[in-house]
Amino acid sequence: MLKTFPKGGVHPEEGKYSANSPIETLPLPKTVYIPIAQHIGAPSKPMVAKGDKVKVGDKIAESLGFVSANIHSSVSGTVAKIEDILDSTGYKRPCIVIDVEGDDWNENIDRSADLKKEIGLSDKEIIQRINESGIVGLGGATFPSHVKLSVPDGKKIDVLIINGVECEPYLTSDHRLMLEKAEEMLVGIQILMKALGVNLAMIGIENNKPDAINHLKELVQNYPGIEVHPLKVQYPQGGEKQLIKALINREVPSGGLPLNVGAVVHNVGTAYAVYEAIQKNKPLFERVVTVTGKSVKKPSNFIVRVGTPVSNLIEAAGGLPEDTGKIINGGPMMGKAINSLEVPVVKGTSGILIMPEDISSRKKQSTCIRCAKCVSVCPQGLEPYLLAKLAKLEKFDKLEAGGVMDCIECGSCAYTCPAGLPLLDYIRLGKARVSKIIRSRKQ
Amino acid sequence: MSATILFTIISLSAIGATAAIILYIVAQKFKVYEDPRIDQVEEILPAANCGGCGYPGCRGFAEALVKADDLSSYYCPVGGNETMAKAAEILGKAVEAKDPLVAVVRCSGSPAHRPRINQYDGASSCAISASLYSGETGCQYGCLGLGDCVESCDFDAIYMDAETGLPVVIDDKCTACGACVKACPNTIIELRKKNKKDRKIFVSCVNKDKGGIAKKACAVACIGCGKCVKVCPYDAITMENFLAYIDPNKCKLCRKCVTECPTGAILEINFPERKIKEDSTEEAPKAQETKENEN
Repeated sequence: MLKTFPKGGVHPEEGKYSANSPIETLPLPKTVYIPIAQHIGAPSKPMVAKGDKVKVGDKIAESLGFVSANIHSSVSGTVAKIEDILDSTGYKRPCIVIDVEGDDWNENIDRSADLKKEIGLSDKEIIQRINESGIVGLGGATFPSHVKLSVPDGKKIDVLIINGVECEPYLTSDHRLMLEKAEEMLVGIQILMKALGVNLAMIGIENNKPDAINHLKELVQNYPGIEVHPLKVQYPQGGEKQLIKALINREVPSGGLPLNVGAVVHNVGTAYAVYEAIQKNKPLFERVVTVTGKSVKKPSNFIVRVGTPVSNLIEAAGGLPEDTGKIINGGPMMGKAINSLEVPVVKGTSGILIMPEDISSRKKQSTCIRCAKCVSVCPQGLEPYLLAKLAKLEKFDKLEAGGVMDCIECGSCAYTCPAGLPLLDYIRLGKARVSKIIRSRKQ
Repeated sequence: MSATILFTIISLSAIGATAAIILYIVAQKFKVYEDPRIDQVEEILPAANCGGCGYPGCRGFAEALVKADDLSSYYCPVGGNETMAKAAEILGKAVEAKDPLVAVVRCSGSPAHRPRINQYDGASSCAISASLYSGETGCQYGCLGLGDCVESCDFDAIYMDAETGLPVVIDDKCTACGACVKACPNTIIELRKKNKKDRKIFVSCVNKDKGGIAKKACAVACIGCGKCVKVCPYDAITMENFLAYIDPNKCKLCRKCVTECPTGAILEINFPERKIKEDSTEEAPKAQETKENEN
């Protein structure tokens, strides 16, 4: 029997149209818009001004504080301005706008394609370099990676979990990465293992990617300590807490972090970025992005420079289909619709999903009949119908008692609700308010 | 037979009397002294329990009033000066009269002025829409039109205009409790001083973008040109982040700024109609106090 998490979960239509499209390099855009807030935590502080010349890989914004990340230029050219641009948050936020001139890389970056296996740096140096390279979690949450690697004193980590699940329907960027950059990724995992001082790494992959599982199983024979585990196809298998439960059968306590149970989870994309940062001295300024959808002419996986407008990606994938109803940044379950085609790709953009009109609007709403389908699919064991109602009524004390802060916002409840109720919308609103209350209580 | 009845009555009376004595003793022992003035003050409060005073309901406000030494920082917006004066009389404290306020919606972005550029399909709540993105139009500051303010109003003083898609405040019903101000995620609604005959002059826009961007998103946006600041004879208008603000305490309702505004972002409400301009240099605002147009 395949491993999985014990409660809840759904299985939406997979729609992995781009699974067989090899990763292509997207041509350079004319202008890039690099937001200074691409990660969870404090926004970075721009270090360049209008008129400055930058090279690919130059640091253009530095992190402010521990939970923050550096940002590097993804192109070479001239800084045109620092202006508020509509980004994937749906709001205008400060972006560094760079006009592209040629493709002139910083001299320190090793651009050769050879695989470099020896790890020359010590654990402290690795974490330092990861911090310097601006690496954040590439699974979508964009949490600065060096924070996860800096284990507080007194905590013991015994396993590194690598998330290759890609449980979001449609998306295939991690899948392609595991097929095409497997060796690099495995070296990246070894680097992460060294930084954490652990001897065991487990790669969890959903069973709908047999080619990736077999490929990696073959390769890990040369990499001691790394194991590959196929997992049941069930959303949200790739949720951090669900993955830990499925692989090592430990439960992250309410309000706790994976390191409370001795585990650290990183995405396969992050592992690859770590390899490039440590072995090739290349900061994080490009990533693999899936461009897909039912009516997209050429569903593809591109290596894209951060800051490239989404319209360039759609153009390269055969143009915007006529029946487009909605464009989503991310997957269909947790992604968010964007309201402009000029929104730039950021470090957390795993895919651009173009939904045809007939399936892009929500179900008609009716009344909750307490069927409890949402309760049975909640992977966190919460009562979504109740939390949504409490959030609507602004009963924040009861919301907190009901465990709203444990919600991982996977959207299984809203997906399954036969009444088409916007459960997650209200829960997310309530969660934001409750977390505000908790923060002010701590002060 | 009669003995049984008699016995029952006697025994029940005895139990009743004992219980009464115990209850009396306990009540005396655990008696909580409560200032009788709290009840008196609560009596004259409007009993709307709206929370506009900042206290949990009228009872809470009454307790606070009784405890307070100085009433100047306390105000019941619903009851107004009349109620506060009565409360002060009961408590034997002094209270100053405050200017009554009224809620004002500072956005004129109807579909005609502010075209939609996308369609929102989420839950029908401004708070949720604002947590997701900047809204259906190009203006990320303006009214989202989903009616959180209407829902928050305990006095039915605000409704959505079906044509413009914007909330409208009914001045007579508005108590200035401030519930809508708190409910609006974009803080479009402001409590402003109530003028004679419900007259109002205000900048009906909260867009902080530069002129060009604001104008592109909405035809009646404040573009931050600063003409109103220059024309105002009372220094009542300030300009910050490309957005003009008229200080209701300094404004003398001369209406010069209204004619000066190139986009029509400054509104005048409940004023008599102006004379058709014969020559544009002549100002005709404070001339006639004829008939009011009702609103």
